[in-house]
Amino acid sequence: MAHEPTTKRSIGWMGLRRGHRANPFEWLAERVILLVSLTSILMVFLIFVFIGREAWPVAIGRVNTALVQQMRPVSDMNKMTPREFCDYLGLTTAQLASMDRETLKTLMELKIEATKESSQNKDASVNTAQWRYLLGPYQWEGYSRPEFIWQPVSEIHKYNIVPLIIGSLKITVVAMLFAVPLALGAAIYVSQLARPRIRELAKPVIELLAGIPSVVLGFFALIVMASVLQQISGAQSRLNALCAGIALGFAVIPVVFSIAEDALTSVPRSYVQAALALGASQWKAAWQVVLPAALPGVFAAVALGFGRAIGETMVVLMASGNASIVSWSLFDSARTITATIAAELGEVVFGGAHYRILFLIGVLLFIVTFLTNLSAELVLHRLKARMEGKR
Amino acid sequence: MTDVKVPKITVSAPATAGPLRTSPTLLEVVELSLFYGATQALKNISLEIGEKVVTAFIGPSGCGKSTLLRCFNRMNDLIDNVRIEGQVLIADQDINSPEVDVIELRKRVGMVFQKSNPFPKSIYENVSYGLRLQGVSGRTELDGRIEESLKQAALWDEVKDRLHTSGLGLSGGQQQRLCIARAIAIKPEIILMDEPASALDPLATARIEELILELKKDYTIVIVTHNMQQAARISDFTAFFYLGQLIEFGATAKIFTHPAKKQTEDYVTGRFG
Amino acid sequence: MTASPGAMHPAPPVPQPPGATGPSGRFRAARWDWVSTLGTGATGLATVLIIAILGVILGNIIVNGVQFVSWHFITTGTASDMFDVNKAGILPMIVGTSARVILMTIFVLPAGVLTAIYLTEYARTTSKFTRVIRGAVNNLAGVPSIVFGLFGAGFFVRFVGRGMDAALYPGKGVTVWGQPALLWASATLAVMTLPVVIVATEESLRAIPQGLREASLALGATKLETIRKIVLPQAVPGIMTGAILAISRAAGEVAPILFTGAAYFMADLPRSLHDQFMDLGYHVFILSTQSPNVDKTRPLLYATVFVLLALTFALNVVAVFIRANLRKKARQNH
Repeated sequence: MAHEPTTKRSIGWMGLRRGHRANPFEWLAERVILLVSLTSILMVFLIFVFIGREAWPVAIGRVNTALVQQMRPVSDMNKMTPREFCDYLGLTTAQLASMDRETLKTLMELKIEATKESSQNKDASVNTAQWRYLLGPYQWEGYSRPEFIWQPVSEIHKYNIVPLIIGSLKITVVAMLFAVPLALGAAIYVSQLARPRIRELAKPVIELLAGIPSVVLGFFALIVMASVLQQISGAQSRLNALCAGIALGFAVIPVVFSIAEDALTSVPRSYVQAALALGASQWKAAWQVVLPAALPGVFAAVALGFGRAIGETMVVLMASGNASIVSWSLFDSARTITATIAAELGEVVFGGAHYRILFLIGVLLFIVTFLTNLSAELVLHRLKARMEGKR
Repeated sequence: MTDVKVPKITVSAPATAGPLRTSPTLLEVVELSLFYGATQALKNISLEIGEKVVTAFIGPSGCGKSTLLRCFNRMNDLIDNVRIEGQVLIADQDINSPEVDVIELRKRVGMVFQKSNPFPKSIYENVSYGLRLQGVSGRTELDGRIEESLKQAALWDEVKDRLHTSGLGLSGGQQQRLCIARAIAIKPEIILMDEPASALDPLATARIEELILELKKDYTIVIVTHNMQQAARISDFTAFFYLGQLIEFGATAKIFTHPAKKQTEDYVTGRFG
Repeated sequence: MTASPGAMHPAPPVPQPPGATGPSGRFRAARWDWVSTLGTGATGLATVLIIAILGVILGNIIVNGVQFVSWHFITTGTASDMFDVNKAGILPMIVGTSARVILMTIFVLPAGVLTAIYLTEYARTTSKFTRVIRGAVNNLAGVPSIVFGLFGAGFFVRFVGRGMDAALYPGKGVTVWGQPALLWASATLAVMTLPVVIVATEESLRAIPQGLREASLALGATKLETIRKIVLPQAVPGIMTGAILAISRAAGEVAPILFTGAAYFMADLPRSLHDQFMDLGYHVFILSTQSPNVDKTRPLLYATVFVLLALTFALNVVAVFIRANLRKKARQNH
């Protein structure tokens, strides 16, 4: 370390002393970038809030759809709190605030009339929007045993969501059983067994399947596939769970294929080469070495495929027949949660029980897909961390 | 000593002898330590770098010479989790103090990287990039400065007819000289070079070395190199680093012929590294 | 499969394939490895099957649809008869779909690109905040399209729209913005395609070698200047890919616009942002499920599907090709 006599120069470098971030415009621009990035989080939050908001009254049991409700004479008007008015007459607080006494009186009288009329039905006093009726079987008037019924447009509104859940699950399972073996098989072939030239061609072509809009798949199922299937299977309903399931499978295949193929390809080549050097065939190396190593990625692919399947609307709306029945047969029509929302939301009274219950099943769907995606993401994250840790 | 013939490195007295021992100090490192998270990459380094001389940092890979170089223009700021103790003073100012504008600093301390990285723009635009940042905009002035820089970088004759073609169309050696031209266009006072010729063939390397000897007249140069012979050829002072520590620093002639420390001697004679 | 050592024992000479030399049968397997052949065959078959499905769907639509697509078809509306192939046209649908897609792009590109810039250039990879943003983006990508429809109806139409009506026309009780409209459908689609743009932009930003950023910073540029002058110009092809993918996806989606703006029939083309609009995909749905005479409508239906498919598919193919090219270039650079 030389400490020679030196002259230290200080002039000319004075310009160094200037504050950080001298340019306010840039500081502002960077703040804007940060704020905009929060949009995604904001949107997810808003989706939760605004769908939940509409479904909330049903979820906590504040909605009463009973035809015969405890009748209140008009004279009770003075004793009722605004909250009670809303519940009794089925109004929102905004609507209540905009009405004057005369209108309210008329509404009360109308309510008494309507109540008198519908007391015929044994079920007239049942609040069908309660959880017990949303989920559990019940023997309705005119039925010989307890059933799960979704029939909002009838005298007694029946909102049991079990047929919808079964319909969604049935069609989704058919789609997964059809799509996953095909997609995984193709992923293994394209990633491990095919020649590079074929790989470069097959991968983008299969991913092109994802570019077909779901309404076109639904159209294809409805117009072309349903007839073919009916001829083969001799089923009674032309549009049934099988038809919708297979069409849904077309939509799921590219999702599962892409992610599984990526997972298989990111297994280090050294594993494969080690196996081959020990005398394994390409197939054995793929099946016994690569696939187990890529298992988390394959799991994530299947989970995401499931999320896609259960959330798909247009395909099932057009191809499933939309009969909300409880049946495990593949050849019966079925109705899914998504198709129900799509078909019925356009015709409900805003703020009514039917409207809110549709939002409720929307919330249910959202939660299921949210959890599915979360678990797939966690698995992929851990897989990436492990891969990078090893390297 | 073994019987292995160790090549003797001959250091001829540098042509621009000058008053080496009394060159004023421009950059001073005072007990600098640098940590990546918990790992300590630089251990208590202190040295002084003189003005308008070429100082070389040598040592085996991973010994911290590039890290130290990047401290001089605060490029280590780009890395998460970096912590610094000690000081780096340029003209008596601690460049790590919060009052210092790092942008200004980098305009005065330029850098040439190991892997040449010209922008995917024309040669003209590459060299004018730094000038435009400083607000130089007049066409004639830009043209003049660009020509001057390309001439200083010994590239002008080769590219003067194709200034508006892409910089990526040049050969490796030419690209590196383009990066040097780009760096000197804004007339920094110090040029940091991080193994500038390591990716080049011997002919291109020789041209870069000639260039450095020329540039020494106007700029202070600090060069990191893993090539000892290169350090011996072009530098006036040499610092030898090992495992994050400064082992020895002195005039190049002395380091390569009569090093004071045994470790230095072992390295320059090729016993390890 | 292992080479059976039994092959080395003296055995009757095995007929050799022409050209084979050397010790006979030394490296030949004793048993044929049918497991591997079966496995390879089955997976290969799966691949072929998937491509065949794609081919059948596309082929069926092209063959049946292209003959009915004419200039008249594309340029007139459905004023006379919505279900008659000779009279109906799909101009309003094309206009409606294009309008909502263009509007969506205006919303989603800035938001998506800025978010991607933040995630790539500014965010600290280890911070929890970054993970939350990424988590949100991934979750948005997985939300079912009908849930977006619900969100659009509940938030944009009912909340924002009503709020705008109350603010712009106070006290008049008029419903201009508080109903399904072009603006709200586009906004809903923008939220839906945000992840697509973010992921594509991030990919293209990461493909840019770090050395370029360092060179720019070392010359005294600020981070923002580096992004503006060096990084973004290079990322433009990737951003374009993201935009095209988003457009192709949004053009084909029907569920999110069911309650936020699509209309069964509109006499005029949409003239302002608060008008409803007709839409190609929605029209396919209507024709498929609500036409009075399915056989008569068939040609019209196929033609409409063909146009929709041509639009979305062509865009998708273009985007995939640009992306494949970019990836090849990126691999050469690193």
